[in-house]
Amino acid sequence: MNSEKFIPLQALCTHYEVETSFFTLLDEYGLIEIQTHGEALYIHQDRISDVEKMIRLHRELDLNFEGIDTVLHLLDKIAELQKELTATKNRLRLYED
Amino acid sequence: MARIDYYKLLGVDKNASESDIKKAYRKLARKYHPDLNPNNPEAEKKFKEINEANEVLSDPENRKKYDQHGDDWKHADEFEKARQRQAQQQGQRGQQQASGDYSDFFESMFGGGSRRSDSVRFRGQDYNAELQLELKDVFTTHKRTLTVNGKNIRLTIPAGVKNGQVIKIKGQGGEGLNNGPKGDLYIHFSIENHSKFKLDRDNLYTTVDLDLYVAVLGGEITVDTFDGKVKLTVKPETQNGTKVKLKGKGFPVYKEEGKFGDLYITYNLVIPTQLTEKERELFNELSKLRAL
Repeated sequence: MNSEKFIPLQALCTHYEVETSFFTLLDEYGLIEIQTHGEALYIHQDRISDVEKMIRLHRELDLNFEGIDTVLHLLDKIAELQKELTATKNRLRLYED
Repeated sequence: MARIDYYKLLGVDKNASESDIKKAYRKLARKYHPDLNPNNPEAEKKFKEINEANEVLSDPENRKKYDQHGDDWKHADEFEKARQRQAQQQGQRGQQQASGDYSDFFESMFGGGSRRSDSVRFRGQDYNAELQLELKDVFTTHKRTLTVNGKNIRLTIPAGVKNGQVIKIKGQGGEGLNNGPKGDLYIHFSIENHSKFKLDRDNLYTTVDLDLYVAVLGGEITVDTFDGKVKLTVKPETQNGTKVKLKGKGFPVYKEEGKFGDLYITYNLVIPTQLTEKERELFNELSKLRAL
């Protein structure tokens, strides 16, 4: 495990003021992947922005884990559709010019 | 100072119970939450407004104060003056806490963000910026300095970024509240193409005029690609409208260093005009040969 790319779960709990159980439940729901190294638990740094989003959805909208999962799936879908729409608009420009 | 009707914002009447207010707030928060409305400044503004309304109406003390002063401008103004006097007496302590996230009305009534519960941490505002570039500008990865909200941000613009694409720069948005995380900066790319090449995904398309004699007999021509000239061998008996592909001579693939799309060239056969007598004679001869 490349330790530079992984953040200790304990540090995240302190920083975001959340219980360890929050992260372990996210892991159980398949929303994040917790890595174990020795006795310590870690999360890959690339997942931090998603984790922040999940914390916000949970705190500010009272979403449970199923709700968070659904929202993230739908947001991914919207982003994908948005990308397709942009690509289609760009192709349309070829014929409009 | 604009009068804000917090009850109207939450869509409840003045006699609404605490649970009605909570219910209305939650419903609107789910609708306008910035995470559920990415790149939507209107939703973000609305979310802040309903948060402000909820801050006031969900707290019995604040709600009472709001109900008392709400319809009477003069009392609210007097309250503001008294608050300012108090602030001056305290050596203007706490002025730094006033936040742009609250309306003037909220700040005058409740003193900026200082009344907000310490346990609620809010992420900073996301900023949106549009960057207008030429197609040639995004052929190579380069650095550029943007000024967003008076702050200079040095950015790396990756080669191959597309028109309409949005790039998120993490942590370059507004400051968070109560030690909440900073917002993000979203850059919307608007890319104009004034070149003779058309771009579709990562492939470039162009038309090249082809001399009749080269088309018939074959030969070598020099054609423009997006970043220079290349020599191209034309096969004998090439037809008008023939397409050739120059592999890897298209546009750079976004975030895939060293990878390029292809360049498609369509030949446009150019028939000679203003023929001399001799040329006409020779063409006639050729024509007769064909007829045999």
